[in-house]
Amino acid sequence: MATIKKKTTHNKITTLRKLPTGISGLDEITGGGFPEGRPTLICGGPGCGKTLMSLEFIVRGALEYNEPGVFMAFEEKSEELAMNVASLGFDLPKMQKDKKISIDYVHIERSEIEETGEYNLEGLFIRLGHAIDSIGAKRVVLDTIENLFSGLSNTNVLRAELRRLFQWLKDKGVTAIITGEKGEGTLTRQGLEEYVSDCVILLEHKVVNQIGTRVLRVVKYRGTTHGTNEYPFLIDEDGISVLPVTSLLLNHEVSTERVSTGIPSLDDMVGGLGFYRGSSILVSGTAGTGKTSMAAYFADATCKRNEKCVYFAFEESPQQIIRNMKSINIDLEAHIKKGLLEFYASRPTLYGLEMHLVAIHKMIKKFKPKTVILDPITNLITVGSVSEVKSMLVRLIDFLQAEQITVIFTALTLNNIVNEQTDEGVSSLVDAWILVRDIEHNGERNRGLYLMKSRGMKHSNQVREFVITDRGLDLVDVYLGPNGVLTGSAREEQQLMEEAGSVLHTHALGRKDKEIARKRTVLEAKIASLQEEFESVQDELNKSYVEEDLRKEVMTKNRKQLTDSRHNKDAKPLPRVENNNRKKKK
Amino acid sequence: MATKREGPDNNDKQVVNQQAEYVLRLFVTGASPNSARAISNLRRICDEHIQGRYSLEIIDVYQQEYIAKTEQIIALPLLIKKGPLPERRLVGDMSNTDKVLSGLGIPRNK
Repeated sequence: MATIKKKTTHNKITTLRKLPTGISGLDEITGGGFPEGRPTLICGGPGCGKTLMSLEFIVRGALEYNEPGVFMAFEEKSEELAMNVASLGFDLPKMQKDKKISIDYVHIERSEIEETGEYNLEGLFIRLGHAIDSIGAKRVVLDTIENLFSGLSNTNVLRAELRRLFQWLKDKGVTAIITGEKGEGTLTRQGLEEYVSDCVILLEHKVVNQIGTRVLRVVKYRGTTHGTNEYPFLIDEDGISVLPVTSLLLNHEVSTERVSTGIPSLDDMVGGLGFYRGSSILVSGTAGTGKTSMAAYFADATCKRNEKCVYFAFEESPQQIIRNMKSINIDLEAHIKKGLLEFYASRPTLYGLEMHLVAIHKMIKKFKPKTVILDPITNLITVGSVSEVKSMLVRLIDFLQAEQITVIFTALTLNNIVNEQTDEGVSSLVDAWILVRDIEHNGERNRGLYLMKSRGMKHSNQVREFVITDRGLDLVDVYLGPNGVLTGSAREEQQLMEEAGSVLHTHALGRKDKEIARKRTVLEAKIASLQEEFESVQDELNKSYVEEDLRKEVMTKNRKQLTDSRHNKDAKPLPRVENNNRKKKK
Repeated sequence: MATKREGPDNNDKQVVNQQAEYVLRLFVTGASPNSARAISNLRRICDEHIQGRYSLEIIDVYQQEYIAKTEQIIALPLLIKKGPLPERRLVGDMSNTDKVLSGLGIPRNK
């Protein structure tokens, strides 16, 4: 792309130049603005913002791009216009005095005019030319030129003259906006302007389910590519903001930085560090499970890190949230005073989903927070279908991730069946999903917290009991025993019972130990006496062995002597031994 | 206000200025065909019906561009009857005599 551009500049082929409008979001859709030096048509029904958009084009041009502009009004007087846009902070009389803009009100009234023959609109050309030349205007608006048709009857002349006017504007080199009322089946009543304009923008005011949304569409843009979708836009105290549907390419930067949730025990469940910065976290649960409290904790933790946080409340007023959170030891008011926390509360039914998205976008662009809380997204369903809410949230998450903003959604689940279709179908979009469930047992309701998922980090698979006390939120390990999962007082009871049991147990153990010791002494005594007995027996045995050996020895000696004496007669036998031998022989 | 007068002779002008009843201003654009026709047509009608009772100022808008805004000029040629009141505006080359007369509130005298 870049190389092509370079080539073209070298070859002096000028591509279509665009003039930034200064209207937020519009330049992104048109890829840079309106075609420079050419006429653009803005058309639409009544009350869709044509005049405002064209006037903002002039004012922003004068203020931000230092390009003076001429506004030729066929409908409203200059004073009326000034009054209408004063609420947007545009000081038209001062700008007129400074020669930055020129407003010319064209009064045309059929009853006052008699047509007596051929004429042309040269007067308009002269008038416009004079206004352009006197302030060196680069931008021109004609609002709404077809009013000429109600003032003058010769349409052939008018059509020819309008054609000439468009060409004349091009020759003048001014970037012009012509506004036109939408006609039956055509973009304008005369069906002329859309053909002679180089760019056509259609504004519409749609009402679906009693909720009005203004949308913008680029119908035609000669010589360039442009977004073709319908883009919602918002008119508020800052003028017009158009929301470009952000690209759904999944290519944003990611952070490996982890941020704490403000609840240490919850951080522990994901390895003690908290969630990734820029990730999206869904907290869902049935009514009264502490979703808002958890969100407030996150906001509190963000502000304590000296980072900015925006809290979008769709259910409760900021005052209500602040009061309620004081009961769990969170002082959000202090953060607001420091300018770290901003509440944005609106009823979901205030306007359509797209408008909410625009409003959220604007707020985020303005405040530049690090953390965003949407509490709860479920309420948005009242203004759109599930798929619409999902598509809106996809775009929101996409936008937030691109901006590296951590987001917490809270969602109300209407049933306790976990595996059923998840809340607003967003569970697949979010990076982490915390589910808070009611656990009803023994006439008591307790909160059990699960981490359904947490992408890219080790996380606990255990159910924790989620307790809300005066001091704040905490997670307690639930009791997992033979009777199943025990929470609340049942858990405490079980713990007490266990304690008592263990005391008894140690007591019993002590007794048994003593018994064993006693038995041991008895046994040991027995062993000692047996040992003695054994030794005496052994002694006895030894004694008899010795005697026998002696006897054997003596006998062999005697026998030898005896045989010796038989062979050698002269040898004298030992009389005593002989006696002994005889005795033995007996 | 610089005016460009186009009169055939000076005597006429003197009379017109003194006994004016109809105060007319004709805005034209240079010497365009429409302008030329408008001037000649208007002169003819005035001379025929209200001779001596009118003052006619012919203004070339090209010469005084700002006047287009102050006089709310869109279509040209434009004739404004400033007096007698009510003020009337007539556009075109004044070729339709009946419309010019009724627009100026002049009864037909022939």
